[in-house]
Amino acid sequence: MLSITPMKKVTMTKRTLVALVSICVAALVLSACGSSSSRGSSSSLTLVAYSTPQPAFEKLIPAFQATAEGKGVSFKQSYGPSGEQSRAVSNGLHADVVDFSLEGDVERLVKAGLVSSDWNQNATHGFVTDSVAVIIVRKGNPKHIKDWSDLVKPGVQVVTPNPFTSGGARWNVMAAYGAQLKEGKTPAQAQEYLKAMFANVVSQDSSARNALQTFVSGRGDALIDYENEAITDQRKGQPIEYVIPKDTILIQNPVAVVGKGSGSATAQKFVDYLISPAGQAIWAAQGYRPVISAVPGAHFPTPAGLFTIDTLGGWKKVTDEFFAPETGIVTKIEESQGVSTAK
Amino acid sequence: MSPLPNSGATVAVRRPRASIVGARGGSVLGKGLLGIYLSVLVLLPVAALLAKSGTGGASQLWREISSPEAVAAIKLTLIVSAIVVAVNAVFGTIIAWVLVRDEFPGKKIVNALIDLPFALPTIVAGVVLLALYGKGSPVGIDVAFTRTAIALALLFVTLPFVVRSVQPVLHELDVSMEEAAESLGAGPLTVLRRIVLPSLTPAIISGVALSFARAVGEFGSLVLITGNLPFKTEVGSVYVFGQIQNENLPAAAAVSVVLLAAALVVLAALTLLSRWRSKHVL
Amino acid sequence: MSSSASGSLALSPAPAGRAAPRREGQRAERAVRARKYGVRTVALGYLALLLLAPVAMIFYRTFEHGLTPVFDAIGEPNAQHAFWLSLEIVAISVPLNTIFGIGMALLLERGRFKGKALLGLLIDLPFAISPVVIGLALVLAYGKTGWLGDWLAENGIQVIFSVPGMVIATAIVSLPFVARETIPVLRELGTDAEQAASTLGASGWQTFWRITLPGIRWGVVYGVVLTTARALGEFGAVSIVSGRIEGETQTLPLFVQARFENFDVTGAYTAAVVLALLAFATLVLMNLLTRRTRADTAA
Repeated sequence: MLSITPMKKVTMTKRTLVALVSICVAALVLSACGSSSSRGSSSSLTLVAYSTPQPAFEKLIPAFQATAEGKGVSFKQSYGPSGEQSRAVSNGLHADVVDFSLEGDVERLVKAGLVSSDWNQNATHGFVTDSVAVIIVRKGNPKHIKDWSDLVKPGVQVVTPNPFTSGGARWNVMAAYGAQLKEGKTPAQAQEYLKAMFANVVSQDSSARNALQTFVSGRGDALIDYENEAITDQRKGQPIEYVIPKDTILIQNPVAVVGKGSGSATAQKFVDYLISPAGQAIWAAQGYRPVISAVPGAHFPTPAGLFTIDTLGGWKKVTDEFFAPETGIVTKIEESQGVSTAK
Repeated sequence: MSPLPNSGATVAVRRPRASIVGARGGSVLGKGLLGIYLSVLVLLPVAALLAKSGTGGASQLWREISSPEAVAAIKLTLIVSAIVVAVNAVFGTIIAWVLVRDEFPGKKIVNALIDLPFALPTIVAGVVLLALYGKGSPVGIDVAFTRTAIALALLFVTLPFVVRSVQPVLHELDVSMEEAAESLGAGPLTVLRRIVLPSLTPAIISGVALSFARAVGEFGSLVLITGNLPFKTEVGSVYVFGQIQNENLPAAAAVSVVLLAAALVVLAALTLLSRWRSKHVL
Repeated sequence: MSSSASGSLALSPAPAGRAAPRREGQRAERAVRARKYGVRTVALGYLALLLLAPVAMIFYRTFEHGLTPVFDAIGEPNAQHAFWLSLEIVAISVPLNTIFGIGMALLLERGRFKGKALLGLLIDLPFAISPVVIGLALVLAYGKTGWLGDWLAENGIQVIFSVPGMVIATAIVSLPFVARETIPVLRELGTDAEQAASTLGASGWQTFWRITLPGIRWGVVYGVVLTTARALGEFGAVSIVSGRIEGETQTLPLFVQARFENFDVTGAYTAAVVLALLAFATLVLMNLLTRRTRADTAA
């Protein structure tokens, strides 16, 4: 039962082993300290953003680096779901500039003391891009979906991210809701609409990106999403079209400088560039509606019934009323769907 | 009789003498280092998790766990995992049987591939399963975003466990027992039931325990393929992820603890069961 | 002494006349063969559907547009950095887990103390925890607002959202393997030789190096291969603690996800193929070693 091996010359001594272990531990510690010290240089900016504008930043960053202010500035970039990124920054992920999909994601950082409370006191109220909620359909629009009312028709399958994990999904829900109010419905009727719409939802992925993946993989007839996302993906060759409903919400994406350290002066210059005419022109070319006026090359149709979240009372009120964990209107709708249609 | 790796079955072992233990048990420094490593990696994070789940007291913990969406997610996870491990118990044993007792061209390759789900990153598995069993599937199966998809993904990632548990035991099994039974007139099913399965049961149980633990916690392969519909296709791990993103850390921690407890209970119960069986069967 | 036939060997039943037994024998033979092929078909069919199809799919999707996009994808700086980062994390976490695993195995098999079951449970714990939960637990323990957050910040150490956190996450998920594989081998090794060496005057350390370690080496190596495979493929826990800074804290699995979400199918699948090939390499190693271990420990 014993496997006795012939005596070999032991080439590794106890000391060598201890040395090896120390090297491993040292590597670990060094990489910890190293990462925290390499941040000091003012010619490196860390951008933490939501996933969608990545292709836009691929153009914006080199353009910024070609300007006088941006010369010699290197960038580190991180992209992910907006809420997740915001939470990461508040939990310690280093960032110099943040670009999120929801104002609330920046407010979280203000609360954490990372972004100064006057971040939105500039000319564009803190926003860097606008967009509108649209309905993405299959190429050729086989189900002839033109407006919000088509989403509650029987047999229409809707895809939207889960509004409790995706900030973007909340824009979608409020767009649909607000459109109903714009059409003259009462709040109660608008809520009935939401219930009917959710009954048609066949997939609620955790993020807008995942929802897009789901739709593109063949699930559903309609995906509620942002206009710029639709434009970007159409350009990437996805077989989709999009419909801008008559009444829809103006989506406003915020950008902010994080921290007051050595990098923040450069960060502010970058943010200034993003809202400058040159920067906005690049955004427009990527499908984002500019936040300043008179940007060349920006031809975006304005929906007749465009409204903002302020029309509905602002995000604080809306979050409480619609998305509160137990009492929210949408929360209750989701629960009622689950209970009555449980397989 | 050689001990069975990973089967949890105990075999008589000669106890080391006290003088060896002093040297073998390791120096204080060694034990200390091991203790620190274990603390940093397991004890501290788990303790932080438990603490977070209890921040609001027992009543809030209960509220988080009993919220309808959480209950639905937990139920779905446990039920689908149970079905999946049952399927694994059957097919895993069959596959192990074929790999040990049968010969066919390419057997070595098939044998090597069994471990693939273990080595493949879960996100890759998810991407591929979506392409394979969603719309546009070359095999003509479209079950994406349904509970079937969850089962499929879990079957994929838990494939190796039962197979690899049973294989070594099957390999060591003495065929003469089966042959003797047959020569006494026993049909193949009886041989299976009375001779083969009892010897395999501890290994199958061990594999089932591992499969269940893995299935309950699986995340990466499910994130893309399941559609995450609350109450319909949202599993526990995805719910936890969602609660983290919702900043509802106590809820996330609470449900995490429930899932963890479920897996631990099953692991412990099955280990005890196999130890009991091995005491009474061998 | 295992036969290669699946199912039972057909032995002819009691004769009831010359022709009858032969026909009986033939029918029995056919039944046996049918059973064998039936079982084989079931097993292989299941595997084909569940296993072989996805493997074929990965390779098909990667190369369906030709080789050039694949080479472009491989050459992309972020892809290369993700590859090396994954290897770096594995290079740190696997040796640490190996040392820990051997140490734990020794403690559990040769040590004498109460609470062994609890220790064993702690080591097995990572099997039972979802990667998402591990990520959450790490943030709660080492994040800025976590238990050690203040202390870490004071000392300028960044754990979460940096490589150390990712190493810790990877180490946790791949923790149990070396211990689990070494324990049975250690148990089977027995203490005879160790006791003999001790009575001859060898120190604990010498005994370990010259007797124990060579005896358990195949178990350890197998455990190391399992650990490596698991560490390379880790996704869930790392994705929570990573911060996803491209070119800095983006491992290869995270890279796959990012490319996939950007509809860069070729980029995603190329990285996936690289991971699959690494997985295959570990598979081959695992299989070679299983044969070695079995041969080594054969009574």
